Amino acid sequence: MLNEALKNKITGLLPTATFEEGGEWLNIQIDPKDWLPFAQQLRNDSDLNFDYLFCLTCIDWKTHLTMVYHLSSTTHRHNIVIKAKLDRDKPEIETVSHIWRTADFHEREVYEMFGVHFLNHPDLRLLILPDGWEGKNPLRKDFEDPINMIKL
Amino acid sequence: MFEEVGTTTEGDIIINVGPQHPATHGVLHLVITLNGETIKKVEPHLGFIHRSIEKMCESLTYRQFIYVTSRMDYLSSHINNHACALCVEKGLQVEVPPRAQVIRVLMDELTRIASHELWWGAMAMDLGAFTPFFHAFRERESINDIMEETCGARLTMNYMVPGGVMQDLHPDFQKRVKEFLQLYKRKIHEYDELVTGNIIFQNRMKGIGYLSPEDAVSYGCSGPAARGSGVSCDIRKVYPYEIYDKLEFDEVLETAGDSFARYMIRLREMQQSIRIIEQLIDNIPDGDFQAKTKAVLKLPKGEFYQRVETARGELGVYIVSEGGTTPYRIKFRSPGFSNLSVLDHIARGSKLGDLVAMMGTLDLVIPDIDR
Amino acid sequence: MWSFSHIANELHEWLSSIFNPTWTLVIEMVLAGVAVIGLFAGLGLVLVLMERRVAAWIQIRLGPNRVGPQGLLQSLADTLKLIVKEGLTPNGADKLLFNIAPFIAMIVAMLLMAPIAFAKDFQLWDMNIGVLYVSAVSSIMVISILMAGWSSNNKYSLMGAMRSGAQIVSYELSAGLSILTIVVLTGSLQISDIIHSQATGWWIFKGHLPVWIAFVTFIIAVTAETNRAPFDLAEAESELTAGFHTEYSGMKFALFFLAEYINVFIVCAIGATLFLGGWMPFHIGNLTDFNRVMDYIPSSIWFFGKTFFMIFLIMWFRWTFPRLRIDQLLNLEWKYLLPISMINLLLATAMAILGWHF
Repeated sequence: MLNEALKNKITGLLPTATFEEGGEWLNIQIDPKDWLPFAQQLRNDSDLNFDYLFCLTCIDWKTHLTMVYHLSSTTHRHNIVIKAKLDRDKPEIETVSHIWRTADFHEREVYEMFGVHFLNHPDLRLLILPDGWEGKNPLRKDFEDPINMIKL
Repeated sequence: MFEEVGTTTEGDIIINVGPQHPATHGVLHLVITLNGETIKKVEPHLGFIHRSIEKMCESLTYRQFIYVTSRMDYLSSHINNHACALCVEKGLQVEVPPRAQVIRVLMDELTRIASHELWWGAMAMDLGAFTPFFHAFRERESINDIMEETCGARLTMNYMVPGGVMQDLHPDFQKRVKEFLQLYKRKIHEYDELVTGNIIFQNRMKGIGYLSPEDAVSYGCSGPAARGSGVSCDIRKVYPYEIYDKLEFDEVLETAGDSFARYMIRLREMQQSIRIIEQLIDNIPDGDFQAKTKAVLKLPKGEFYQRVETARGELGVYIVSEGGTTPYRIKFRSPGFSNLSVLDHIARGSKLGDLVAMMGTLDLVIPDIDR
Repeated sequence: MWSFSHIANELHEWLSSIFNPTWTLVIEMVLAGVAVIGLFAGLGLVLVLMERRVAAWIQIRLGPNRVGPQGLLQSLADTLKLIVKEGLTPNGADKLLFNIAPFIAMIVAMLLMAPIAFAKDFQLWDMNIGVLYVSAVSSIMVISILMAGWSSNNKYSLMGAMRSGAQIVSYELSAGLSILTIVVLTGSLQISDIIHSQATGWWIFKGHLPVWIAFVTFIIAVTAETNRAPFDLAEAESELTAGFHTEYSGMKFALFFLAEYINVFIVCAIGATLFLGGWMPFHIGNLTDFNRVMDYIPSSIWFFGKTFFMIFLIMWFRWTFPRLRIDQLLNLEWKYLLPISMINLLLATAMAILGWHF
């Protein structure tokens, strides 16, 4: 499905979604509260069939956090990017690890690196960082580590 | 992290495989719950070689950060560099000269063969056969020699720059690659005779670690791990980059979904890489090896994503630019990270010895997982 | 003719002429003990070096070639290193069992030396139940491995020991049954009788089909019994790091290592004795000239030649095959090897009664 058709389809599914122009793929800005039902629709709708979550990450914009989900369909070969703006002080979003199993690990990574809480995640623990790093989020822009970080 | 020792309340043994263990080929730590020899649960603990490359790249310029990525998946460092170079070029909208494109693809495919050679030897060693490791290194050495001549390094080559490659090919390059192709064709039958055809090996691999196509996609598996289940996901075919759409090669697919299918995929993929090299080695166009770029690169404000196929699967480079000389945020979607997440799913219910074989077929490179 | 028996007799007469019979016996026993220990150490060094050179040859590399001429002193240097290394005992280990285990392994290996005929009339103890003694004593080996695995207080060691226990106990059956085939054909358990029964031809030629089957079963079973690849599940480097001897270091590790190689030597010597005629030279029917040339080669050369040929076979297996999984290992024994060797024993019995062998 081409970007234009995708756009129409998605507007039908979620009228509140806004679109960003200019990217290689269709960028969809959504409200975090809509994410879980919307994700289920994206996965289960036979025209969309986004079964492959190939990238899940977060960006710290200093004022807010943005969750970025890159989705692809192995049958229709189309891609979209979903973005959800989160509050920086209390970032919370529903987990999608039961829809796309790969989200389990990726969400744990985002949890420890950015401190985003994934609601209803089955096993939200530190994955990469050692014990004692809860609450310290190294990939946030204001993270300081005077010993290990070298400023160029 | 280390409190999970001893036994569980049901009397199952919990053992720690790694961070120092011969089978993990690096510093991977798996906490395994065992009932006798049968695996009940595998829980990976990562981070022993986590260097936060994503954070490091945020303070490096677009010319510098490429070389840090050689240290992610060190067995396909060319391809990592290639992905980053492509992503930066996408932002700069630079046209790469045809000679550089061909050189890049040649290097990628040589790297892929070298990586699969190493995997083949290490995989056989996981199963207790030591000899294949040395036979694999015989061919891999000649690829490393070719790399050393042209790039000046044998493992982390750092050959790609935004806009092309760093320097021109060594004058002997074509001759050496042809010699390698001959050597490879003369020796490839040994691989089948020594390992693939071995009855013990086949019994250890067939029907073990079954991964269904649905699960492969859901767990985000890519590369040979997913293609072994029949999921067509070769980025070179599906979303072609560079000159892959003009080349003749097949996407290797197996449908069995077991360890043996994943093993066969890699062996057959080496043949396809040989095919690509044969098409290109006599047709390297003349011209520049590098496009003219500014000394200081600045990407326009925006987001750029590049997917490439490394030897392990799909590598994604996601650059968020604010218009400066350094990336605002960079994310590497590493193939190993997703492939590792499926290990628990496929290992449950099988024997401890098979876990090692499954880890072998997933071809885990730990720096690639931890980044 | 120059032979070991000649030397032994000379020595015996010389000692008898000086001492009374009791002291002669005591001195002879001491000498035999020293000889066994010397042989033990010497064989260990030679076999380790041989293993490394064979491995290197199979793996297209050179192997040890720096220490001494052609690297011949390499294993000596390694031994020296192991002797000066500290032998650690882990804190949680059962200290007594942990320290005894390697010695039991070595004692078993030494005991097994007794009935082996190294050359014509050169045997420490030619007991009338020689073959039975070998299979009985070699099963004590499993106790040392279980002790080592249990007392290390390490889960890898424990798993290795348990695997090894299951494996050795199972494969002993096939090894025993294949040995029985020869006992049935010979009608004696005595090693010297078995060797003399092969004066007209080795059993591998005389006994045709049943003996061939028994020989193949024997090689598979003893490879498993000595915990060598492809049956090295007790050590299983890539799964259990080092299995039952994970926690051992220094000389205690070296004793396990040595015991493993001596065991390989002994099972190969038994195999050579039972199937390949021990020290009996190779004869072809009525070719008297050829046979005379063969007789001229000393019997000890025949024995060691055959034994080392079998050791080479086992090393070849090790460096070629991948490892089996534990359930496949037990399947192979209980579902294939054991039924085959039982039927084979019946076949051999029928053959012995009907006189179908040559």
